[in-house]
Amino acid sequence: MAAGAIFVAVLGGGTPGSRSHRAVAATPPLTIGFIYVGPKSDYGYNQAHAQGAAVIAKLPGVKIREEEMVPETSAVQKTMESMINLDGATVLFPTSFGYFDPHILKEAAKYKNVTFLHCGGLYTEGKHPTNVGSYFGYIDEAQYVAGIVAGMSTKSNKLGFIAAKAIPQVLRNINSYTLGARSVNPKATTTVIFTGDWSMPVKEAEAANSLIDQGIDVLTMHVDSPKVIVETAERRGIMVTGYHANQAALAPKGYLTGAEWNWGKVYTDYVEMIQAGKPYPHLLRGGLKEGFVKVSPYGKMVSAAAKKKADAAKAKFMDGKMVVYKGPLKDNTGKVVIAAGVEQKQTDIALEKMDYLVEGVVGKTH
Amino acid sequence: MGIGVSIGVISPVTEPSPGGAAAVVATAEARLAARRRSVEAFAVPSAAILGALILFGIFVALTGRNPLAVYHEMYRGSFGTWFSFQNTLQRAAPLMLTALATALPLRLGLVVLGGEGAMVLGGLAAAAVGVHLHSPMSVKVGMFVVGALVGGAWVAGAGVLRAYRGVNETISTLLLNYIAIALLNHMVEGPLRDPASLNKPSTLPIGDDNMLGNLPGLDVHWGLAFGVAACLLAWFLMQRTTFGFAARMVGGNVRAALLNGLPVRRLIVVATFLGGLGAGLAGAVEVAAIHGTANASLVTGYGYTGVLVAFIARGNPLGVVPVALLLGGIGASGGLLQRVFDLPDATVNVLQGIIFLSILFSDSLYGRRWARKPAVAA
Repeated sequence: MAAGAIFVAVLGGGTPGSRSHRAVAATPPLTIGFIYVGPKSDYGYNQAHAQGAAVIAKLPGVKIREEEMVPETSAVQKTMESMINLDGATVLFPTSFGYFDPHILKEAAKYKNVTFLHCGGLYTEGKHPTNVGSYFGYIDEAQYVAGIVAGMSTKSNKLGFIAAKAIPQVLRNINSYTLGARSVNPKATTTVIFTGDWSMPVKEAEAANSLIDQGIDVLTMHVDSPKVIVETAERRGIMVTGYHANQAALAPKGYLTGAEWNWGKVYTDYVEMIQAGKPYPHLLRGGLKEGFVKVSPYGKMVSAAAKKKADAAKAKFMDGKMVVYKGPLKDNTGKVVIAAGVEQKQTDIALEKMDYLVEGVVGKTH
Repeated sequence: MGIGVSIGVISPVTEPSPGGAAAVVATAEARLAARRRSVEAFAVPSAAILGALILFGIFVALTGRNPLAVYHEMYRGSFGTWFSFQNTLQRAAPLMLTALATALPLRLGLVVLGGEGAMVLGGLAAAAVGVHLHSPMSVKVGMFVVGALVGGAWVAGAGVLRAYRGVNETISTLLLNYIAIALLNHMVEGPLRDPASLNKPSTLPIGDDNMLGNLPGLDVHWGLAFGVAACLLAWFLMQRTTFGFAARMVGGNVRAALLNGLPVRRLIVVATFLGGLGAGLAGAVEVAAIHGTANASLVTGYGYTGVLVAFIARGNPLGVVPVALLLGGIGASGGLLQRVFDLPDATVNVLQGIIFLSILFSDSLYGRRWARKPAVAA
């Protein structure tokens, strides 16, 4: 794993949980609990995690227990406790971003022998319990590549992006997608509609139809379940790039490519470290190069030229030479947000606070 | 909805006529009727729930699982261990409070679905006020009072529209829920946003020292005590005061209530306000005991589950407590059903739905067999 993209903050020799597993190697299976905020067959965020869980379920000496549709309330605390008390789980993957504070923090303090691994990259050394780890992927790298494919494929030069909330993670995806598209097609613009929440199927369908009516011919999204948007795009005969998981099955004609998580790799690494009794990194991040995220296989509609450009960008990410955010960069009101000569690499903390939309995006953050 | 009107009907018993055997017979009959009612009040819902469990067992068997094994796991997950029982109590606590938003107006024949909105706004208001207060006690008291009042005012708004403008309260409270959630999102992403809450927009945290703790000896927060106390108070109010009597009379027959000179409009507004107090308090407790801040996680659906609780309890605040425990237990066991039997999450919703329908159906059983008997004897 590349040290460049990963902060490794190891605090003295692993958790008690991992130590006990070294002692009793191979006898009882390692019970791992997965908790999802939505349905695990949502073609989106939760499915991506469930696919990762399915990968480690096949590992020797591992037993998994899964629970879906667990809200970010005391219900998730009770689910964690139930998995610990009734199922004997010693490692938990509560996967929703909103599970971290206060729920995981509270349970981690209460159950010191259990390892809590959370998706979101929120761990702060010294502030959070040592039996907590947090991981996240630079999925905007995959969005950048998908943006290139979209920029090469569009005929109207109008791309559409349906997003849940104007928060840094989402803005970063919108911006990377647009920068990717405009790197190969400077005339391309991305029109954004914010729906206001993570799962709003009706609004998402309305937004998709409204964007298509405006002449947009490639759609993408950042919502929990892209299903409705992908299906609407296919029905209306336009192209679409996916998000979270592979939605090619929903749009055999129009699915160009997509930005996908690759949690199976991340979870396998964690389980191997824990089974071997090795300390695991408390903060784990990576992009295309580290295998945290991937780009869906190109669809039939993608031209050879588009594939070539996208593959070139992917290769640059794999080399670690690609910097998406570098100056001079203007936002869509004309303000310079990154000065000339400044490079913000993926690990740059400034990117975590993104509050702008880059030039070429049609839309407002509030 | 016709159900709302039929619920909570207690025939305004005739004045005891002066003198003679007729009066004795009348009071004896009234006493018998009262006993019949109290037996029915227990037997009919119990039979309905039992019927629902049998139906659900058939449903489970159709999916290829052994219903008895499923019920055994459900018991283990909800009441079977000390941990599970506390899990059930914790889940029941907010339902008791949100159910009152529906239960109290139900006694007046109003079907209010606004618990969700009142809870969300109660939580938001509580968080907004909590950060400006200082000592742990004042923070808590301030949050509960403000949260409850905002929830009360929110549902009372629909009550006012109903009483003075004839706006259907079911529709208005349902729509007000969406407005409340939109308001919450707007406030936590805009004016009340803690700038440090980057990817999960939230209000400023109230601080760990100001959080509401657990009941002594239990891993359940104080919200449970508030829930039980609120239900007891509401029951006392509805069964043992003139206000409650008047309210039930409105539910029984609005015309009769009007003819008797009862201030029907005012009763509607007050009942919706009192119900909203409960849901608003639920939101404040959610913030004070669980989240420590207001954000989109406040939108939990407790308000809607509360509607279910209130209907199953037939609007009786005392019935809300056991019904909330039942639904809390079903919720607590839902996870285990997923994990052990690989049943989908919606399984427990199916059970809740069957119980709900079965209770609604059982409404038609009240007074049937027993009422006919004396007629035959005579």
